[in-house]
Amino acid sequence: MMAAGQVTMTSGDPHLRPTTEDQVRDAVAWAAAEKTPLEIVGHGSKRAIGRPMQTAETLSLADLKDVTLYEPDELVLAAFAGTPLAELEALLAENNQRFEFEPMDYGPLLGEEPGRGTIGGMLAANLAGPRRLKAGAARDHVLGIRCVTGRGEIVKSGGRVVKNVTGYDLSKGLAGSWGTLAVLTEVTMKVLPRAQTEATLVLFGLTDSDATAAMSLAMGSSGEVASAAHLPESVKGRFIDGQLPRAATVLRLEGFGPSVDYRFERLAQLLAPFGPTERLDDALSRQLWQEVRDVKPFADGTMRPVWRVSVAPMEGHALVAALRLKAGIDAFYDWQGGLVWLRMEAGADAVGLRQAIRAVGGGHATLVRAAPELRRSVDVFEPQPGPLAALSARLKAEFDPIGILNPGRMAALKAPEPA
Amino acid sequence: MLKMPEPDADVLARRKSIVADLRDIVPGEGVVDATNEMRAFETDALTAYRQMPLVVVLPETVEQVSRVLRYCHKNGIRVVPRGSGTSLSGGALPLADAVLLVMSRFNRVLDIDYANRAVVVQPGVTNLGITHAVQDEGFYYAPDPSSQIACSIGGNIAENSGGVHSLKYGLTTNNVLGLEVVLINGDIVRLGGKHLDSEGYDLLALMTGSEGLLGVVTEITVRILQKPETARAALIGFPTSETAGQCVADIIAAGIIPGGMEMMDRPAIHAAEDFVHADYPLDVEALLIVELDGPEAEVDFLLAEVEALALRNGATTIRVSKSEEERATFWAGRKAAFPSVGRISPDYLCMDGTIPRKELPRVLAGMRELSEIHGLRVANVFHAGDGNLHPLILYDANKPGELAAAEAFGADILRLCVKVGGVLTGEHGVGVEKRDLMPEMFNEIDLDQQMRVKCAFDEKHLLNPGKVFPQLRRCAELGRMHIHAGAMPFPDIPRF
Repeated sequence: MMAAGQVTMTSGDPHLRPTTEDQVRDAVAWAAAEKTPLEIVGHGSKRAIGRPMQTAETLSLADLKDVTLYEPDELVLAAFAGTPLAELEALLAENNQRFEFEPMDYGPLLGEEPGRGTIGGMLAANLAGPRRLKAGAARDHVLGIRCVTGRGEIVKSGGRVVKNVTGYDLSKGLAGSWGTLAVLTEVTMKVLPRAQTEATLVLFGLTDSDATAAMSLAMGSSGEVASAAHLPESVKGRFIDGQLPRAATVLRLEGFGPSVDYRFERLAQLLAPFGPTERLDDALSRQLWQEVRDVKPFADGTMRPVWRVSVAPMEGHALVAALRLKAGIDAFYDWQGGLVWLRMEAGADAVGLRQAIRAVGGGHATLVRAAPELRRSVDVFEPQPGPLAALSARLKAEFDPIGILNPGRMAALKAPEPA
Repeated sequence: MLKMPEPDADVLARRKSIVADLRDIVPGEGVVDATNEMRAFETDALTAYRQMPLVVVLPETVEQVSRVLRYCHKNGIRVVPRGSGTSLSGGALPLADAVLLVMSRFNRVLDIDYANRAVVVQPGVTNLGITHAVQDEGFYYAPDPSSQIACSIGGNIAENSGGVHSLKYGLTTNNVLGLEVVLINGDIVRLGGKHLDSEGYDLLALMTGSEGLLGVVTEITVRILQKPETARAALIGFPTSETAGQCVADIIAAGIIPGGMEMMDRPAIHAAEDFVHADYPLDVEALLIVELDGPEAEVDFLLAEVEALALRNGATTIRVSKSEEERATFWAGRKAAFPSVGRISPDYLCMDGTIPRKELPRVLAGMRELSEIHGLRVANVFHAGDGNLHPLILYDANKPGELAAAEAFGADILRLCVKVGGVLTGEHGVGVEKRDLMPEMFNEIDLDQQMRVKCAFDEKHLLNPGKVFPQLRRCAELGRMHIHAGAMPFPDIPRF
């Protein structure tokens, strides 16, 4: 600990590292009084996502860490925002539980070490994984939060129970806000039992279009398919140590052993028109889905632009087909085709991509990997139409009136228009 | 009785011209101002509260909604949105000086997209109407509030409605993909769509459960699911509510998430049995209905586990449904719990707290004590899987003081819920009913920040005022910051 007066307030580094919620509040209140913009980080594992910011200080939550509540029988876990996600996942695994939404790890894609990241960052980025189709994202499992707003005030929302409609759902409202509304200090999550086993059904050699039809048929069945992805020819060699011989359409089944076996057979019958099926058992299945989750094919150590594109599931392949005519791209699909990971061979082509998204009925694109100069010159997050952008700006101002929390990370700084 | 905001005398005085202006926007039968015709709208399902609105408007198009709201915004007129009027918390209670904006004419299913498993509907479509539209293909819409025959999907958005299946399939907020919303200034915004995650701030999450205070929903995209291959239920009787509660905990601890898991206490069991003759055991203190759904192999396997856990916890009767008819019979009593209690008492108040499951015995014991203190009977139905309690307080509104006693009893129950780590409302909403209890759960700073969210949407507090917040504060006042510049910067915060 440093004594008063020893801290130089003007340097960008070293970081402010509060160890209590009250210290977080004091730091933000000071920044507000001094109009000093803050970069908010946990481990900094997703720091390279968003528009580059001009911040004088960095507020790190990495030392505000600990599990504050874990009652496995009640399916609830709470921890301070800086608690490492890896530690929490290990704790849950010891109790045969998990975060059902399978938070992805951006580390490998961004050229960082895997396994970093905090529970605060998990919610601030609204992480999800291939189980998104069935289980939702972090926002669907958060029960409550405590945070410090840009006004330097400690605010709580939600609670520790699943069913709760008392007041606005600020817990979910902060999901995906990337630290621009408030500094999370504590997060309470619903947890669920880990599936006893899993298996993956594989169809080989389908075109993107046929794969989309197959995934839709599977997801529309009563087989309780947890995940559906399509890994085209160009990326298949980069999964499970090159064991996929051709383009692979993969469907994950989870649950009790007899149930998985039964559903596998039913699904294989249903999908017979698409060709013979193969089965990946437990360990290999887990490996495959973790690689899909963490975008392994594009974790290539480069800074070539990578887009995360969300569209209606049936439209992903049409979007990719349209883009291929205009630019060099590599792509694969998760979420039944609704999540397209796109790696650009050259420029980001943000305008062309967003036009193409509108042409297939809408959605949004986030430039999750790009060199800083590129992130400065294009909209990293989807630009919003006037009234919606104005509403978002008003919401930001109600949490952070001076604009000190991650200013400009999601949207360029503009004065909010009156309601 | 709760105090509602003072009617704006100026607005009341302008009523005639306001009605005329609204008729210009919504022609024909869409504006109702005759007292006898407005009578149908003076209350919702919290019938203890009644109030005639200034005027009722039933728009048919998004443009009309936008023009009505822009007009009201410009002229400082309050607006109360209403769906089917089934709110149990008074969410749609009219105000004397407010336009009651009834969305029932927005009753069309716009798009059924099986391939994307999405349905686009207007807000006046009933919850069950969505399932009816897609059931021929084997699909359904999962959230199933008890009022699903009547309640509108727009109202479900406003209240973030749950139901018996929310343990496994989530609440409304987990099943909504997109919204079209008209803001009070007339702006039309679209959030999300058929894609799985919405962009920017999670305004879908803020809108869902906002009780009509943030905007008027004019179009909704929901996710639909394929029906489970099979569903079977077990009806299990226990000698004490403690053992039933322990059985629930053991089922969850065993890694089993049932489609539904409901508990009833003795008074509720008897009331239901007298009404629907579901052949419930009458010599038990607590009855559990555990429904497993999914592939047959899984359901059989898990039912055996549940039976074993029930026996280990001293269950005295166990029956497993052998047919769809029998499963429906098991549910008939539970689903009719409210009306059956209505038969044994002239009136009842339905409470809606949520507690951590393990606190059930303590809360039930506390409720028995409170029942004696307040001199009123209570019957309990309980979404046991997710800790959502529905104590039904029996009273007679014709007896002087009984409504007040019932309300005081209810408030004490909710305080108890908060005390054990729970919340004031699990699925019925705050509305007017629990408005003044909000400080039991939130301090002034928490509530002020929630009101600031309101300010981002509705700076003049024109949408549904008097609901949710015990005290409305002006947005300008809420926006002020008290800054102590020059204070010693965080002497205690480490920096490395």
